[in-house]
Amino acid sequence: MSLQVSDLRVYYRTLAGDVQALDGATFSIADKEIMGLAGESGCGKSTLGNSLIRLDGRMKYVAGSVTLDGNSLPVWDNDGMNEFRFRDVSVIPQYAMSAMNPTRKIGTMIAELLESRGESYKEIRPELMRRIDLVGLQPDVLSRYPIELSGGMKQRMVMVISTLLDPSLLIADEITSALDVSTQRAVAETLVSFRDHGFVKSMMVITHDVSILYQTADTILIMYAGKLAEKAPTKTIIEDPRHPYTRMLISSLPEVGVRYANKKLSGIPGSPPALLNPPTGCRFRARCPLAFDKCAEEPPFIEIAGDHSVACWKATRADA
Amino acid sequence: MRRYFGRKLLTYLITFFVAATIDWMIPRFMPGDPIAVLVAKTNGISSQSAQYLVDYYNNLFGLNKPLPVQFLNFWSSLLHGNLGLSIYGDGTPVTQMIMAAVPYTLALLIPSILLSWWAGNSFGALAARRRWLDNTILPVGYVLTATPYMWLAIVLSFVLSFSLRIFPLSGGYGFNLEPTLTWLFFTDLVAHWVLPFMSLFLVMFGGWAIGMRNMIIYELESDYSRYLAALGAPQGLIRKYAFRNAMLPQITGLALQLGVIVAGALVTEIVFSYPGLGHLVFQAIENEDYFLLQGIFLFIIVGVLLANFIVDIVYVIVDPRTRVAMRGGTA
Repeated sequence: MSLQVSDLRVYYRTLAGDVQALDGATFSIADKEIMGLAGESGCGKSTLGNSLIRLDGRMKYVAGSVTLDGNSLPVWDNDGMNEFRFRDVSVIPQYAMSAMNPTRKIGTMIAELLESRGESYKEIRPELMRRIDLVGLQPDVLSRYPIELSGGMKQRMVMVISTLLDPSLLIADEITSALDVSTQRAVAETLVSFRDHGFVKSMMVITHDVSILYQTADTILIMYAGKLAEKAPTKTIIEDPRHPYTRMLISSLPEVGVRYANKKLSGIPGSPPALLNPPTGCRFRARCPLAFDKCAEEPPFIEIAGDHSVACWKATRADA
Repeated sequence: MRRYFGRKLLTYLITFFVAATIDWMIPRFMPGDPIAVLVAKTNGISSQSAQYLVDYYNNLFGLNKPLPVQFLNFWSSLLHGNLGLSIYGDGTPVTQMIMAAVPYTLALLIPSILLSWWAGNSFGALAARRRWLDNTILPVGYVLTATPYMWLAIVLSFVLSFSLRIFPLSGGYGFNLEPTLTWLFFTDLVAHWVLPFMSLFLVMFGGWAIGMRNMIIYELESDYSRYLAALGAPQGLIRKYAFRNAMLPQITGLALQLGVIVAGALVTEIVFSYPGLGHLVFQAIENEDYFLLQGIFLFIIVGVLLANFIVDIVYVIVDPRTRVAMRGGTA
């Protein structure tokens, strides 16, 4: 097991109280596994991604533990995490287009970043050039400024930078959201090739776009309102989802070859609950067509079959 | 590169022409007549001799010609480097009077602008990362920058020279001294310089410190800072980048400030009767001295344009984005 997260809770501090954006996440990612993390806006998926590498000022670590390759990550300690960042855990941020300092040449920035982490730019440079070539960039990008690159080029450059020290876990946060569909595919393929080349051991791909995960991910973790809903291999999630939320989410996706002229594509009625004072029990209860009395109790996130975990009373009962 | 500076230069030339034209117009459209002021000094002469004097002076200063001709004369003598004769200075060349005042103004302006810029930026950057400094420097900075120059000048002169008698009250040097190259004269000069310098320095310092503090905080929250932090870069590197990028608007600010500060120096010099350009402007207005007034304004116009041009060049050096834009790229 590469990454193990158990009962991780991260809240946002606001004047009105704590927003329970990530409320008890327990899961693991195996070596070589690309795990997709999907859910609608505000379900806590980015919070989960950020909490594994850097909590920003508004986030508050509440409970839980994170173990990576047998080492416990001090996710609550900003300075203590520095040792693990980049080398063990790395991130391709949501804002990859503006992630590079606009007034420094890209090569200079990389050199200064590496030297500041005690790595030798000279030694890493040949590998850097090889990877720049691999993602289809020209070697002279290093002597250019970020504004001289197109959006897609910046994205690829950041992907190379983030994985330069061969991290064990790479968190890719909404990296395809700002791209057009053809570039999305190229980025998805690059991610997979990074894993296949051994640049990263395992990966967590955060997105609200389930179709991109279908091309990339080995497993998919679905989140709803700060809690884990379902985790299973990609094929299982697409073909045989057990959580009612996952089912409705998958059925709301358009299918290739099907015309939607006569049949309206269905969405999920209602909206997710506010996380400032979340309802007790199952958080999907209010929108769930299968809800029954027991849902007032919180369903545990348990394994119902090999590699398939669900947090739903109905899913477990149906199986039993 | 050449096209960029060519275009800039053209803009500056047009600006200069328009500014100099306005500069010529302003004194002439002021109510009142400088010759009348001049003639009024000669008490008790007959109205006939007075009329003779008026005609003589109007002819001497070229004021009896139609306005368009005066305008052309202004430009032709300007291009010959001649700013005319001062009415207030009894016919002393304006250039000579300006040259006598310029050292005082520059000695006041250059140290106060550059030192306040440097100190303000340093303190602002420091305040952005020390909470206790932020809580003390920031309110002080807001008060300072909101203070009018002359009010601070009056307060300083009241406290430090009128009440405590630490510094002399007014003038460029003591009334009992002649400008000589002696130690005594030099120390006296410095003593007279301190208060006007301080009143300019303090007001500007507040503005720079606040600006820099806000810029640094903005830069530290920007995406590239967050990315560096997520990759475990030490605070030193992140701050270095933030500081460098936060400096860019401050450089622009410096160019803009150069224009405003001339006005600030003007009232400060008047409060302290400091014999610089500001004081001279005041005298020129009081005596309706067209030539002196337009000469000083012209000097200020050239100074501001020159300062802006230098900042343009500096900007090309420090901000790669301007260089890319010059090569025809899009930013």
